[in-house]
Amino acid sequence: MILVPTNTPPLRSSRSVRVGRRHSLVVLASMLMLGLLATIVSLAFAPGAASAATSSTCTVDATTGCIQGTLFTSDRKPAEGVTITAKPDSGDALTGTSNAAGKWAIPVKTAGTYTVSLDESTLPSGQYLANAATNDRKVQVSLGSQAGTLFQLSTTKGATIDNNNSGNDFSWQRFAQQLMSGIRLGLLLALAAIGLSLVYGTTGLQSFAHGEQVTLGGLLAYTFANVLGLNLILAAIITVVISAATGFAQDAFIWKPLRKKGLSLTQLMIVTIGLSIALQYAFQYFYGAATVRIQTANPKVVTIAGVTLTVQSYVAMGISILVLGGAAFFLLRTRTGRATRAVSDNPALAAASGIDVDRIIRLVWTVAAGLAGLSGVMLGLVLNGVNWQTGLQILLLIFAAVTLGGLGTAFGALVGSMIVGIIVELTNLVLPGDFKYATALFILIIILLFRPQGIFGRRERIG
Amino acid sequence: MDYLVQLFQSLTVQALAPSTAAFAIAAIGLNVHFGFAGLLNIGQAAFLLLGAYGFAISIDRGLPLFAAVLVALLCALLFAFILGLPTLKLRGDYLAIVTISAAEIIRMVGRSSILTDLTGGSNGITGNTYNGPFQALSPLPDGSTQILWFDYDNNGVNGWWIRIVGWGLVGVFLLLIWALARSPWGRLLKGIREDEDAVRSLGKNVYSYKLQALVLGGLIGAVAGIIYVLPSSVQPDGLGRSTTFFIYTALLLGGAATVFGPVLGAILFFVMRLLIQSLAQSFIPDSIMSTQQTVQFSYVLVGVALMCLIIFRPQGILGNKKELSFSV
Repeated sequence: MILVPTNTPPLRSSRSVRVGRRHSLVVLASMLMLGLLATIVSLAFAPGAASAATSSTCTVDATTGCIQGTLFTSDRKPAEGVTITAKPDSGDALTGTSNAAGKWAIPVKTAGTYTVSLDESTLPSGQYLANAATNDRKVQVSLGSQAGTLFQLSTTKGATIDNNNSGNDFSWQRFAQQLMSGIRLGLLLALAAIGLSLVYGTTGLQSFAHGEQVTLGGLLAYTFANVLGLNLILAAIITVVISAATGFAQDAFIWKPLRKKGLSLTQLMIVTIGLSIALQYAFQYFYGAATVRIQTANPKVVTIAGVTLTVQSYVAMGISILVLGGAAFFLLRTRTGRATRAVSDNPALAAASGIDVDRIIRLVWTVAAGLAGLSGVMLGLVLNGVNWQTGLQILLLIFAAVTLGGLGTAFGALVGSMIVGIIVELTNLVLPGDFKYATALFILIIILLFRPQGIFGRRERIG
Repeated sequence: MDYLVQLFQSLTVQALAPSTAAFAIAAIGLNVHFGFAGLLNIGQAAFLLLGAYGFAISIDRGLPLFAAVLVALLCALLFAFILGLPTLKLRGDYLAIVTISAAEIIRMVGRSSILTDLTGGSNGITGNTYNGPFQALSPLPDGSTQILWFDYDNNGVNGWWIRIVGWGLVGVFLLLIWALARSPWGRLLKGIREDEDAVRSLGKNVYSYKLQALVLGGLIGAVAGIIYVLPSSVQPDGLGRSTTFFIYTALLLGGAATVFGPVLGAILFFVMRLLIQSLAQSFIPDSIMSTQQTVQFSYVLVGVALMCLIIFRPQGILGNKKELSFSV
């Protein structure tokens, strides 16, 4: 258990010299008390954690905010045992210590501005704080959220590292990491996009409520795996089955009657908008607006060829590939799959050749909702959190993917998703994170300008 | 009885609020797109946001009020051209996807941290940086006035002046739309909505007329954006997709392709939502539905109402079903 720094932090030394020795003793004593307090506090909020790591973990909830970061030595190894202090404007300072992975976190119970400083005396030998002028930094933190701040280490004392370009610094390692994240996002998008594309192909409808199907998957998985404590795989299976059932029910109670009623596609599209609004607020009604986590344990990471992803990510990618392969097999090799493609090509002709179009559309809705649900479960695991607008946020990416690949073509949706996913993540290499979705949507608009039918679409579809 | 009086008063206050007027103007603009020309624009909120940004930033940079309004209109004009030129030749649902995507791009760029100096990032722009010149324009004397239970400052940020201007503009735009709808130009737009090819066969440049409609509706949307943010602040996330969807609900409730439909719809939208929320708050015990949940409950009903409207009464309250076929 690490209690307190044994001497006054260097940065404060100038001040303590001025106020004299007696004062610094008082400071030291009070810091001892604070450190003890902070350790007890952090112990209380890190249930079951091992003693040394107490103050390096922090779980966000409605009454807790986290100030956190990861410390690496100048040769990119985790720096362990470094003490970091967060002092609120009024009240007692809190401390945290970096663990074996270099991670540190300080749970706070009051929102506000904290002065966060690193205790340079606890740094590993031969390591010094770079940009020491920014040691006492103000960090704004609110409850129920995380605020990150990074300290950089260097081998020379008093070094300054220019970070202005660090976001743009190109390295193949970073490229590989972002590319892999892009493939991961693309695979998860593809699960949802194929369903949307099949629905569009068979019915001509752009469903704005498809994003909510994704959210539903994530929230159901949270309900079963976290709230009810079921085994994750079982929870995922139940979630997919329920999601598929909602697709079946939607077609049975909403879309088929409306098709029979002869509503135009524009009207149907507005119906999906209404459904999307109703579902979004229903999610908030039942689950609140906060982000919930399907698995509460901190995810483990695995590094393969310099690319670090969570275990969940690798599993999710594997499952996506299997399911997408299954979907491809279904569409290409089975009788029903061929019938689906026939309806997608030309419903009237398909009906004339003896295919039960309504049955195919029912199947497509069911499968589409099931796939979207599965996508939601895995997005929730990969992003380590799901909330009422998870699906809303990726809906436009799904649209972009489907349009890019060619509306109504299942394989176009797959290719489009991979391209969109990779573009979104690679954008981070050159532009700040705020722009990553905007880039994908911008590319969507450019595509519509020059090749509105998409990569695999046919000219006559665009009318 | 007291409860009913109070409820009635709060509903009428909501009905005449500046935000209702702004919604009504936005719906009038959307009506030009969707009701008259049949353009499925799902990015109306972006016109509002651009208008608001253009206005607020210009004033903050020291431009006079009328120049700021011009800048706001110019932003919307440019946006309409950028949106319309590539997509108006394509089928309707492409326009839908492009408009909603472009609206999201505007919002994301507006709230990005790079532009914090210009747009205030995700925090937006606070009202007091730009509403000064507008209040200075007010001819009303200082102090406050009470008419019935409507009691506001004459020149306050959220007082009589903004209400008078807001609803005055609603009136101006109603007049404009009334005149346009019965002009040859308006009839041509309706013709495009009903059968594009028929209009084209008459030798009319359908593309150009669609673009004109998109621009006009967008400019009206920008004005709505200015009215919307004057009593409050510019919040990029407050003018996102949901706003567009709510404007659609208001428009379809009142009746698309009618003159008064958007205004009636906007008033009813706010009043009904507040009514549902108030009733749920008063009569459903907290143990079943918390205060927060009554708000969400009212929005769930908004979504359901939108679905039911478009299915069972697509012409809305004032519309004529024969006139509107929604075949995009």
